[in-house]
Amino acid sequence: MSTAIRIQQVSKRFGGTQALDRIDLEVEQGEFFGLLGPNGAGKTTLISALAGLVRVDAGSLAVMGHDVQSDYRAARRQLGVVPQELVFDPFFTVRESLTIQSGYFGIRDNDDWIDEILENLGLAPKADANMRMLSGGMKRRVLVAQALVHRPPVIVLDEPTAGVDVELRQTLWAFIRRLNEAGHTIVLTTHYLEEAENLCTRIAMLKAGRVVALDATENLLRRFSAHSLRLRTGGVMPEQLTRNAAENGGWWSMPFDGFDEVEPLLAKIRAAGCGIDDLEIGKPDLEEVFVRVMQGQPAETNELNAELR
Amino acid sequence: MSHGGFSTLFHKEVLRFWKVASQTVAAPVLTALLYLLIFSHVLEDHVRVHGVTYTAFLIPGLVMMAVLQNAFANSSSSLIQSRVTGNIVFVLLPPISYLEFFVAYVLASVVRGFVVGTGVLLATCWFAPLTFAAPWWIVVFALLGGAILGSLGVIAGIWADKFDELAAFQNFLIMPLTFLSGVFYSINSLPPFWQQVSRWNPVFYMIDGFRHGFFGVSDASPWLSLTVVGACLALLTAFTLNLLKRGYKLRA
Repeated sequence: MSTAIRIQQVSKRFGGTQALDRIDLEVEQGEFFGLLGPNGAGKTTLISALAGLVRVDAGSLAVMGHDVQSDYRAARRQLGVVPQELVFDPFFTVRESLTIQSGYFGIRDNDDWIDEILENLGLAPKADANMRMLSGGMKRRVLVAQALVHRPPVIVLDEPTAGVDVELRQTLWAFIRRLNEAGHTIVLTTHYLEEAENLCTRIAMLKAGRVVALDATENLLRRFSAHSLRLRTGGVMPEQLTRNAAENGGWWSMPFDGFDEVEPLLAKIRAAGCGIDDLEIGKPDLEEVFVRVMQGQPAETNELNAELR
Repeated sequence: MSHGGFSTLFHKEVLRFWKVASQTVAAPVLTALLYLLIFSHVLEDHVRVHGVTYTAFLIPGLVMMAVLQNAFANSSSSLIQSRVTGNIVFVLLPPISYLEFFVAYVLASVVRGFVVGTGVLLATCWFAPLTFAAPWWIVVFALLGGAILGSLGVIAGIWADKFDELAAFQNFLIMPLTFLSGVFYSINSLPPFWQQVSRWNPVFYMIDGFRHGFFGVSDASPWLSLTVVGACLALLTAFTLNLLKRGYKLRA
């Protein structure tokens, strides 16, 4: 068995809102998978359904082959979830919180693993501090630690770096990368597209409860984004060049497929009498992919959706 | 119940109130002591009930009221705090069944009721000679009463979305039911109409049966009280389990 998460035809409606609309998705074991989409796209609902916090209207979800409803005990043992909200239990210390969380999963004498997690997340000096006394970043680390106490093979992180400092991000991603290299499947939602681009090997984009793009990160970049020649000029760009270009804050951006196109482009600009004040080459990035996918680009997204079915 | 999650949840719920024992144990004991001092001072020389002094009559009532109110407070306040702050996910993500969830919260409520009840008994027993005519009734009614109010606490803690909704549940349902149940008087001293009304209050049977364990006499037969209280617990358990099974307000 190689599928870590299997989501089949999952739909969920909250009142008048179709939060999830016939979602099909599979994540293989060992993948670092990104789940992207604007606010309200259904990412958190999908994660909540996977964790059993939300009951779906139709379809089925399974973690490591265990259905999240009919075989919920096994499914939940396989899954560690870092919730988006910064929640904590004010009655307990960091270590007590982790010991209690272990106990909920039926694990006693978990001190060695708890020490290891505390060390890896830079929490060891705060182990005996009450949760109320921790900063927001430290509380976020404890949430990650709580999701890992039962050594789940599948780890879901719902915007784990929202509003946290650079140091925590680096500590967190180094640790999560190590877990991924050790064979854990990671599913990540984030608004920081640069993070997703660097970390995720495959990405699904959600919009209004539907998967509108699903592919390997490099394929998405290749298909929806391109290198671009970016320049600032005091002159008026000729119309034949602006047709495929976008202007933003005085910078023109002209996409190209191969570097051999750069010289002819520059030659045309020179020929039009435009002086170049500044110049740079832009690399393909996920932000552009995201914007284009979310804006529709009907032909391409339909083509992708056809591939998904 | 072989699964480890249940015992940890139960243990955590006990630890939760024990860590703030000055609020959850000492404060209600002091309140009960004040009731005793005030009411016994005013009524001791004027009232005898079931052949015992008023103070002796009052003590078991205050003990049982403490058991009931604190059992309710434990599960309801724990659940509403967890839901409002969002840390209820820590309990919802692990492989804990709805039955384990229910029993853990209710059992911890019973423990809090027993701890506070014992505290009230120890603080008040010096003020009047007490007898323990049928101790098993004491234990049985404390256990069943605590479980009933613990279940009501689970319902209230899940139903209420805000602290003032929980306060309304407590002030307009739990308080009248406990205060109008014969804690401070025998219902035989009431006019016939109010006697009849009291007999529709299940808390009356909890207090009356509990008091029977001390003095061996009561307003109603302890077997009738046991039947009423047992039936209430069975109904409430079925109702609460149904809510939890459906995931009412916990699993959308």
